[in-house]
Order: sequence, then structure tokens, then C-alpha cells
Amino acid sequence: MRQFFDDMHGLDGDIRAAYAEIATWLAETPPHTLSAKREEAERLFRRIGITFAVYTEGGDTERLIPFDIIPRVLDAEEWAFLERGLKQRVNALNLFLADVYGAREIVRAGKLTNAHIDSHPAYCAHVQGVTPPGGVYTHIAGIDLVRTGVNDFYVLEDNCRTPSGVSYMLENRSVMMRLFPDLFARIGVEPVARYPQDLLRTLRSVAPAGDEEPCVVVLTPGQFNSAYYEHSFLADEMGVELVEGIDLVVRDKKVFMRTTGGLKRVHVIYRRIDDDFLDPMVFRPDSVLGAFGLMEAYRAGNIALANAPGAGIADDKAIYMHVPEMIRFYLGEEPILNNVPTWDCANEGALAYVLDHLEELVVKETRGSGGYGMLVGPHSTKKTRDAFAKKLRQTPSAYVAQPTLALSTCPTFVADGAAPRHVDLRPFVLSGADGVRIVPGGLTRVALTEGSLVVNSSQGGGTKDTWVLHTRQNGGK
Amino acid sequence: MLARAAESLFWLARYMERMDNLARLIEAAQSMAGVLSETEEWRSALTAAGVDELYDATYDIVTPESAALFLCNSPTNPSAIVSCLDKARINARAMRGALTRDMWEAVNQGWLESRQLTSEAFSPARLPDTLDWVRTISTRFSGAYQTTMLRNENYWFTRLGTFLERADNTARILDVKYHLLLPEASSGVGGMLDYYQWTSVLRAVSAVRAYQWVYREEVKPWNVAELLLLRQEMPRSLRACYDAITQCLDEIAAVHGGKRGECHRLAGAIASQLRYGRIGDIFQSGLHEHLTQQIERAAELGDQIAAYYMR
Repeated sequence: MRQFFDDMHGLDGDIRAAYAEIATWLAETPPHTLSAKREEAERLFRRIGITFAVYTEGGDTERLIPFDIIPRVLDAEEWAFLERGLKQRVNALNLFLADVYGAREIVRAGKLTNAHIDSHPAYCAHVQGVTPPGGVYTHIAGIDLVRTGVNDFYVLEDNCRTPSGVSYMLENRSVMMRLFPDLFARIGVEPVARYPQDLLRTLRSVAPAGDEEPCVVVLTPGQFNSAYYEHSFLADEMGVELVEGIDLVVRDKKVFMRTTGGLKRVHVIYRRIDDDFLDPMVFRPDSVLGAFGLMEAYRAGNIALANAPGAGIADDKAIYMHVPEMIRFYLGEEPILNNVPTWDCANEGALAYVLDHLEELVVKETRGSGGYGMLVGPHSTKKTRDAFAKKLRQTPSAYVAQPTLALSTCPTFVADGAAPRHVDLRPFVLSGADGVRIVPGGLTRVALTEGSLVVNSSQGGGTKDTWVLHTRQNGGK
Repeated sequence: MLARAAESLFWLARYMERMDNLARLIEAAQSMAGVLSETEEWRSALTAAGVDELYDATYDIVTPESAALFLCNSPTNPSAIVSCLDKARINARAMRGALTRDMWEAVNQGWLESRQLTSEAFSPARLPDTLDWVRTISTRFSGAYQTTMLRNENYWFTRLGTFLERADNTARILDVKYHLLLPEASSGVGGMLDYYQWTSVLRAVSAVRAYQWVYREEVKPWNVAELLLLRQEMPRSLRACYDAITQCLDEIAAVHGGKRGECHRLAGAIASQLRYGRIGDIFQSGLHEHLTQQIERAAELGDQIAAYYMR
């Protein structure tokens, strides 16, 4: 028996059906060929310019995320299950947001308090009572999933603000198709290339009502932002303008962009800047990334913002533990996807338990992201635990703790051949006025260091292509 | 299209073209330096590139090594080849989505390769290879945009940048060498030295063969001037550049329902002067004066385009 569930070998070591062709391919292909392919992949990524900025002192600001050439495979049944669960979860999150900024039924039902909501840093009082066009708040959600067993998937985190990584999902696939056309010929893989069209359709569906053909733009902080490549990639793939704050002006509560032909009306902004920077009139006065008066236009219903300002309240790590309850409350259904048991350190009893069990828990900052400032108990030293315990006692409400999950592994190409490395999965869920869309797949992140459970690219994680198999692959095998 | 996108594409194309022109200029200087006065040849290359004063601020004397390095890669020369490539990429990246993938890859690949260059690459022995490499990048870039861009505003602004920059460069090169073209200044007409000097002008714009095909006679000063100013079939002539510039501006105006501004008037005025001008008249009223005016008007046109479309 293995200690961790392996996507290819399960727990008992037998090759799982979904990986049969991959196993053959790995066995047939000499390591130096794989090595050469990996180098070719890296060259391709550099040339295309898919880079990611990592915030460390001094270093290279344009870095590549390591790419692993062994795909992560899900069979059709597994995907159908995840798809159902993801739709359910994101529907509930959107209903929750509509409720938070609307009637607050959830408070009346006694599940959360007004104070809990109003004091939340991601709560946006400016949009209380504003119904966004189409009634959707989190148009693009990235749901981080991990697997621990053959039928056990957990949601680790919801990302309802501006989740990134979808460009890697798309570019990873196009690089894989270029490197291994024969594999795609042998294995029936669901395509992911329609994501940009789905995204555009989703964004257009929430445009304010009017006669004009809706004009959609992507708003980026600019070329020095870590995810700039993705912003320009998505704008280009959708065939819409990539704008910066300086390109936008608000007149009569309507938003326009400066074009070579004068001002042109904008109806939907897929914004890749945080709430705080959207409008210096309302939020940070020093921000030049947004547009002066944007929130007024939003409140007047003249512009759709995706995702909606204030959507972040749904993805906070302290709100996370209430999501199963939200699903029951808003949808009257049992949650399909598991939540990881979570201790909210703001609660005294929970704090005591967490302090006693630091060695076996993962402790995260509720406001943290990118794997910064977290403690992975089983991989920590006594010294780091003691230091962390001190921080915990100082500001317990800033932390939540979860059991260390036995994240599944997936064969990954390392120096001495294919070896198991821990992975997670971020599918991207699109919610428009016309329903929910998910392309089959997502971004698989892999912790390249042996034994590591931290998959974040900022912590040296890599990515893999994610393959969802056709329902009847190779004619009904 | 976004005003800022128009500006980025315009400048991207200008920097790529400037880099290409610099490579030709340096190549001509290097190949002629063996025949003519080394110092004079490099001095005129620095002047044509508009960086002679900057150069003097850094170096005491003109040597082939330092001049070549200064023109190719120098922290004190913002118009050096490597700096042009840097700026081209910044403009390309700022508007990544307005570029086709082929265009981006041409710029990015070149930029990545430039990161690998050492100062050795600009030494006299390696310089020709390095300049070939520069021209490969700019050729790849123009090939990429010619073959992959939709014929919309993005394309016309890119092309506008290419030709306005080229017009400016051709005028500068001619101006620096104009004294060679004046009949009275060239003592001993028909001598070997004159032949080389006129050829050096042609070389700087890669037009030695073109001259032969157009005139089929020995190199004569007025022919050289005519070729670079007025001949429609010469792709680096001012006439050809302004034909392209007016076409681009017409296409852009058409996108905006025929709306035109000062930039259209000015471009049209320059183009018709070149279209109907005669080389004899230009020589008579002063080639240098004519070229100075061309350089000023190219700058003015750039400002007018920015004022009309890029704010």
C-alpha cells in the first residue's frame, strides 16, 4: 500500500484505466526523448512569452513556471462528478453574494451575523443594494480541488475575485499538442480551446440592457503585473481590447475608452485589478489603475464589472467553512464536493485545539494567498512551530487551520525519470446571466520538490496539462 | 482601436525600423572605413544616427571599436541597436494583444537573443555577423506583420511607423553625405575615391544593386540623390515612404468615416512635392536645405499624428 493515492497507480499500485495509454507511452519512451521534449517545451514557453513575475528581491522578474510534460488524467465519470459539484458550489456562492448585498436572508436564518459580514475586509459597502447586471457576482471562479482517494475530492479554496491561471491551462494544452500529436491521436481528450469564446459569451450575457452591441474589455494593471501575460492573452483570444486605467473615462455615469476615433462606450469590464484600485473616487485615492467615477457608473447599472466588486467576501478562508451550509440553505441540496474540516482560530476552543495539534495541521492566514505565510505542520521544525504559535496567539482571528490532507500524487518527470509528486486542480467556472459553463479540465499544479505539498507557483510549484477523457474513448472501450 | 494601442504599434514599428537602419549604416561604415578615412566614415555614421554629440560626451576620439560599440550597445546611447530592441519590446508587450503571435515572437525572440550578447559580439571581427542577426530580426518582424496582421487600424498604424521612421532615416543619411554629392565639392570627378564615396551612400541604404538596375550607368551624384528622394520604385526613397504614409493615413481616415486632420494635409503636401519634384530643381535650391526641411517635416508629421489619433 502507498501512503498517498496516486492518480496513475491508485493505492495498490495497479495502473488505473484512465492512465493505461500514458503508462504504455512512459514505458516505451526513452528518458532522453522525454528530456528533449521537456527542453523543447521550455523553449516554446519562453518564445511565446508566458512568464510569471515572482516577487523576490533582485531576481528575474519574468520567470517561467516549470511545466511538466506528463499529463494529469481524469476519466469522463470523474469529470462529470466534479462538474456537477462545481456548478452546485458556484451557484451557491453567487446566491450567497446576492444575499449578502441584498436581503440578507442568511442572517435572518441565523447562519451568519450582520457584524460578521459588515466587518469583513472584502465586504464592499458601496454596492450594498446594487444588483449587478444579470444578477451574477462571481463570473469567473477558480475552485481549488485536491484528491485524496479514488472517490474523494475536496475543495481546498474558492477563488471568487480574479482567479488566474487559465492561460496556462490553454497554453499547456497547445504545447502538449505540438509536442505529442501521436498521444492525442491515441487518446481521446476533451478540448479546452473554447474557453475564450465561453468567457466572451459569459461576459456579454451580463452587459447592461441596451440597443448597442455590447463592448467588452479586459482591464489590466499593466505589463509589470505578474499575470500580465494572461490578461493580454485572454483579451487577444476573445478579440477584445486590453485596456489600462488611463484608457478609460467616465462621463454621465457611463464608461468610455479613448480610441483613435474618439471616446467609445464600454459595457462590460473583465477587470484584473483588485477592488481597492477600481475607482480612486471611492477606494484608494492614490490608485491610477482604475477609472475615476467607475463605481458611480456601476451603481447606475451602466457597466458590468466581472467579477463584481465585493465578491471577495465569498472566498475568504473564514467564510469557506460555511459553504456546505450555504449549499443546503440556498439550494436545498446536499453538497456534492467535500469541504476540508476547518478550525476558525477566532473561536477559543478551536484555537486551543490548533495550538495543541500544530504538528499535524496546516495553518493559513485567512487573508493570505499564494501559499505565503502558511505553516505545514508535518513539514515544520519545532522552531518554526513555536514562532508560528506566537503569531497565532497574537491575532488568532487571522488564521484558520485544517488537517494536512494526503494530496494525491501524479507521475512527474524529474531528474531520474517519472516519480510521484503531489498535485491539485483548479477548474475555471464561468457564470453568466445565461447559466454556468465549465470547460473540461483546469490547471493542475504540481509540487516539484519531493514530498512537498505546496503547489503554488510562487513557492516553486509547476503545472501540468489536465486531460479529461472522452466518454467513449477509442470507440467504447 | 485604443489610442494607446495605436501609439504602441506605431512606436514598436519605428524602433524596429530604426534598428534596421542603424545596422545598415554601421555595415556601410565598416566596409567603407577600409577605403576612406576611418575616422571620417565612423564620424558620419554617428552624425547620421543623430548621436555624435552623445558620443563625444563619452569618448575623446573616434575609433572603429568604440564607435561600433556605441552605436550597437551602450548605456549612454538611448538610440543604440540594443536599446531600440528593448524599447520595441516594451511597446510590444504593453499592447501584446494588438500584435499577432508571429509579430510578438519575432520581437520577443530577438530580444531574448539580445540578452545573450556579450561585448565581444560588437568587436570588428564579429560585427558583420551581429549586424546580419539584427537585420534578420527586423526582417522577421516586418515579414510577420505583413503576412499575419488583419488589414485594420492596427496594421495601418504599424506600417505608418515603419515608413515615417524610414523616411526620416533616409533623409538623415543623405544629409550627412550631401557634401559628397555636390559636384563642386568632389574634385576629380570620376576618380576612384568619388566612386567609393557615392557608393558608400548607396550602401548605407542597401541600394547599390538597385542603382545599377535603375540607371545602368556609373554612379553619379544627382542620380543617387534622385534615387533616394524621388524614385517611386526605390523602397527606401522618400517618395516611396510618403506614398506609403499617405496610403496608411487614408486607410485610417476611411475607418473613421473619412474624418481628416492636419496630419493628413501635411502628409499629402509632402507626398505631392516628392511626386512632382525634379532633382535639378532640388539641387538648384540647395540639397542640404531640402533635406533639413524633410527631417523637420517628418518630426512635425509624427507630432500631428500623435495629436490627432493618440491622445
